[in-house]
Amino acid sequence: MMIENIKKQFPIFSNKVQNNDLVYLDSANSSQKPQVVVDRIYDFYTKEFSNVGRSVHYLAVAATNLYEETRTLMQKYINAKDPNEIVFTKGATEAINLVANTFGQKFLKEGDEILLTELEHHSNYVPWHYLRRSKGIQIKFAEINSDGEISLESIERQINRNTKMIAITHLSNVTGAILPIKEITQLAHSKNIPVLVDGCQGAPHLKLDMQDIGCDFYAISCHKMYGPTGLGILYAKKKWLEALPPYQGGGGMIKEVNKEGITFGDLPNKYEAGTMATAQVIAFGESIKFLNKIGIENIENHESELTKYGEEVLRRNNSVKLVGNPKNKGSVLSFTLDGIHPHDIATILDEDGVAIRAGHHCCQILHDKLGLPATARASLGVYNTKEDIDKLNESINKCKDIFSK
Amino acid sequence: MNLKELYQEIILDHGKNPRNLKKSENFNKDAKGHNPLCGDKVHVFLKIDEDKKISDISFEGSGCAISMASASIMTDLMKEKNEKEVKELISDFLDMIKHNPELKSKNLDDNEKTKLMSLSGVKQYPMRVKCATLAWHTLTSAINNSQNETNSEKLD
Repeated sequence: MMIENIKKQFPIFSNKVQNNDLVYLDSANSSQKPQVVVDRIYDFYTKEFSNVGRSVHYLAVAATNLYEETRTLMQKYINAKDPNEIVFTKGATEAINLVANTFGQKFLKEGDEILLTELEHHSNYVPWHYLRRSKGIQIKFAEINSDGEISLESIERQINRNTKMIAITHLSNVTGAILPIKEITQLAHSKNIPVLVDGCQGAPHLKLDMQDIGCDFYAISCHKMYGPTGLGILYAKKKWLEALPPYQGGGGMIKEVNKEGITFGDLPNKYEAGTMATAQVIAFGESIKFLNKIGIENIENHESELTKYGEEVLRRNNSVKLVGNPKNKGSVLSFTLDGIHPHDIATILDEDGVAIRAGHHCCQILHDKLGLPATARASLGVYNTKEDIDKLNESINKCKDIFSK
Repeated sequence: MNLKELYQEIILDHGKNPRNLKKSENFNKDAKGHNPLCGDKVHVFLKIDEDKKISDISFEGSGCAISMASASIMTDLMKEKNEKEVKELISDFLDMIKHNPELKSKNLDDNEKTKLMSLSGVKQYPMRVKCATLAWHTLTSAINNSQNETNSEKLD
């Protein structure tokens, strides 16, 4: 794979950021956008704009077709059975809220349990937390091992007859652990428990096959997938989308409305109330085409090679401690430096144009467990190179120099 | 931007070896502060005498070099000052960190001014201003007997 050619497709890298070449190592937070995606937004607004699904004029019909084209592209990208199993949301957070809210409303009662893991991002904990108060449910956490992984056994230990949903991350945004989601789903289904996967970190980096994995719900963040902000996707098995009540009420999601009552629209409209993020959906179609053009297998190989290189380089650097050591690891390098707080690291690295994230990365439960108030995190994307890792390491050495005085 | 200005010797010294990092014995006022975005935590303890003078001040907490240095320098400076002087100093410091080029207080000697001005480098780093001000806002809460934890996200 000609990675330099890929980097050239991202306009942000041709500009200086505070007089530096940008070394962008914050893709787990949000990825940069290729030119095709940026252009698509501009073209849609300047030449093709109309609202979708309502009017019969030419532009409205064309926009509707473009909007639905992304749904089909996504269906194929993740090998879902039916395009109607793809629901657009305002983000992965809303996708998880949608499931927690509607599933909770219809199927949960006092004493029921939701099983999460200690690796979860706040967006796969807080939506379930609301059900503690409204429904009196309990939340259990499968524990990580010393390498920052979640094993099938740690999930199995927490399952009991009250477990009504297992909601787990595909890939930890801190330790990088990739969870055995297919095996977890098989185990859960053998006990009639549905599975929701928070795929925010999985979808941009791993080959996905919903029919093979078999999970019931899979939440995706489009802005982490080289797409626009304000857009997420909920994959849900059709039987669930049919069984669950609507999430929000409004235009577009109804069939009949009269003074006595309302009937709701068919899938997927039932879950897409109001005017959706039309331009973002259409532009996201370009993100999927961009990923398809490179090939997800090539992306996996490139990022895995780069992660291994990053681990080697950082391990050789004496003061660096990597956080987590999972055998099956995604492209996330979280670390601490002896005697230097992650926020000081991030500020010093920023001076060299090296953009990383520092803090708890919306995973306070995990950081409490690790006994760390904060970590520094370098996360990779398709455009990163070994030179980026070397630059990171050089800047880490600069931190050490400054703090050794 | 100037990294050397931000991480100058005084800051690194106080950041690595914070003064008054303990829980004062017989404290009669205290308050906690928290910066939820970066996880910085500080707990300020005060012993205020009947004549309203701070006879002892200390802090416990964890955080970045800037927040630790700021708490360390602040606690050093406040000892033996009366409540009115402390309040004036807090507002002078906060004004300097946000917009004023210099400190206005007449009650500081040159050495004290130099120490406080060493924190002025954060002005160039808007995301880090809260690190420098957390201990100061928490001290205000302690003096005012505020029961609420100071949350840096709810401050200016």
